[in-house]
Amino acid sequence: MNWPLIISNTLFTAIGVQAIAFILAAIGVNMHFGYTGLLNFGQAAFAAIGAYTFAILAGTGIPWPGSGDGPGFFENPWPWWAAALAVLPMATFLALLLGVPTLRLRADYLAIVTIAAAEILRQALIAPKLDERFNTGGADGLQGFSSGIEGINPWNGQEFRLWKQPFDGHQAFVILVGWILIAVCSALVWLLMRSPWGRVLKSIREDEDAARSLGKNVFAYKMQSLVIGGIVGALGGMVFAIGGRAAAPNDYSTAFTFFAWTLLILGGAGRIKGPIVGGLIFWLIIGFTEVFLSQATRNALLPGWRVNENNFGLLRFMFVGLGLAALVVFRPQGIFGDRREQAFDVR
Amino acid sequence: MSADVPSAGATPAGGPLAGLAYEPGVKKPDPILIADGLRRSFGGLVAVDVDHVEFQRGCITALIGPNGAGKTTFFNLITGFDRPDAGGWEFDGKPVGKANPYRLARAGMVRTFQLTKSLTRLSVLENMKLGALDQRGESVFAGLIRPMWSQQEKEIEQKADALLERFKLGHMRSEFAGNLSGGQRKLLEMARALMADPKLIMLDEPMAGVNPALTQSLLGHVKDLRAEGRSVIFVEHDMDVVHDISDWVVVMAEGRVLAEGPPASIGANQDVIDAYLGTHHDLDLGAP
Repeated sequence: MNWPLIISNTLFTAIGVQAIAFILAAIGVNMHFGYTGLLNFGQAAFAAIGAYTFAILAGTGIPWPGSGDGPGFFENPWPWWAAALAVLPMATFLALLLGVPTLRLRADYLAIVTIAAAEILRQALIAPKLDERFNTGGADGLQGFSSGIEGINPWNGQEFRLWKQPFDGHQAFVILVGWILIAVCSALVWLLMRSPWGRVLKSIREDEDAARSLGKNVFAYKMQSLVIGGIVGALGGMVFAIGGRAAAPNDYSTAFTFFAWTLLILGGAGRIKGPIVGGLIFWLIIGFTEVFLSQATRNALLPGWRVNENNFGLLRFMFVGLGLAALVVFRPQGIFGDRREQAFDVR
Repeated sequence: MSADVPSAGATPAGGPLAGLAYEPGVKKPDPILIADGLRRSFGGLVAVDVDHVEFQRGCITALIGPNGAGKTTFFNLITGFDRPDAGGWEFDGKPVGKANPYRLARAGMVRTFQLTKSLTRLSVLENMKLGALDQRGESVFAGLIRPMWSQQEKEIEQKADALLERFKLGHMRSEFAGNLSGGQRKLLEMARALMADPKLIMLDEPMAGVNPALTQSLLGHVKDLRAEGRSVIFVEHDMDVVHDISDWVVVMAEGRVLAEGPPASIGANQDVIDAYLGTHHDLDLGAP
């Protein structure tokens, strides 16, 4: 057993690109569910919009209808900052598209529509027709769109080491920027939730009819929450794509959404630090079980007829599932939740 | 309309309501709310079918009727929580076009609910502050910048504290609303409604599930509302309460307005007795 490698690899996973992406996605879900009570089970759709908007625009640009001969402005790869800025209106557009028909209905309808929308979007991204028209890359997805980011990266091409874990300058840069994004988004959510605006959001979570009877335009507030949380989720998807230098449709399956939910529940919904702490713990467990089980099977410490190098990957999700089940039983409010607040839910 | 029935509460028809005929749909001198041809049916059941009814400004009007009479549906229609199949209504002299609950609340009509809707995971003080209208910090961009709303927030907090003292909830201000007793929640809901400075308060069964000791103080608070010049419409089953505080009573049965008049006139109204007890309640059906 190579303990230094196990420990350094685990730590790197906990702060790595994946962890950042899911923490951002969970900050968005926290806005939706933790503060507004919206059951958004389609956060993967927002992440995919973020990833693909950036990948398409920064990678190839999009064919613009009517610009007949020769590549025009839109047909060339966009500068990285323009592609990143385009993520905001695209995520807003998706939120409006999902919200307008569903936010007036009961909460469970939003859950159904969002989970379906995320799957529709993923399937559409695989479709060859859409690839022809918008360069979505089909089932293989997109690569080679991160050169703009590499261009501004002061550490480009350098090698780093977290104790025994090597990583490159690109990862280092994305991790740094990613954690800054997490800090900025968390600060924004904190500022919003201490304001009267946040108070209205929480009142909608508690009882939207009461909020209505007190003169609050519930639909508008829900929509604002959906847009803000969706944008943060899209940023998560963008970081995910840039960090991995690839955007593939199957990265944004329902599993993406459920991971985001899992680490939010783990950390405590309705808390600013909930997604961050939940994300760190979630990826600590995932990272540790992965590298530990990999080492243990390699050193034949586990019964080989049960656990081998082909199936240990599944085992780690069983451990996470067990941990989550234990948490829900023994600490339903999450790690940072307030037990008193949670207790009222059963009434 | 036997005038010799002794009055149990308010004068038979005092103040601005003096001299009105005791009949359904009677015109009031200064109505705050007028409903016209209001109709709502659920499938084959006509829940509300009100031809014309007016509610006087500055008075406490009780809405009574047997179970299933359509009182709560009528409440929901008037406050915009339900949409009528036909008809319309006028609030404070203006016809209500698009009946959104939040627009009506901003126009000055605030309601409470039969099952209290205290926001359990907000503190009592936050519940109160939520009730205030026109808060600058409730817009998403202004909310980010504290100086844009902190002054107003301070004023709202003072107003909330004053109301909490008046409703004897001051000691609970930083508790979660979920920790309050049922009666305290009723008080909180009423106090929260007052944060909006409403012209008309609609109370749906304010005394339901409240112990007798608290009922007295709740009654006092409702009377205070009238003293402040607000109009009150409330649904209630307890006739003692109705006699005690209401200036005027509207009786509903099977979705229609059956009778109107001061409390004292209602108990003697044969239609009302029939609606509550059945037309043949005093006949011995077994007799030959």
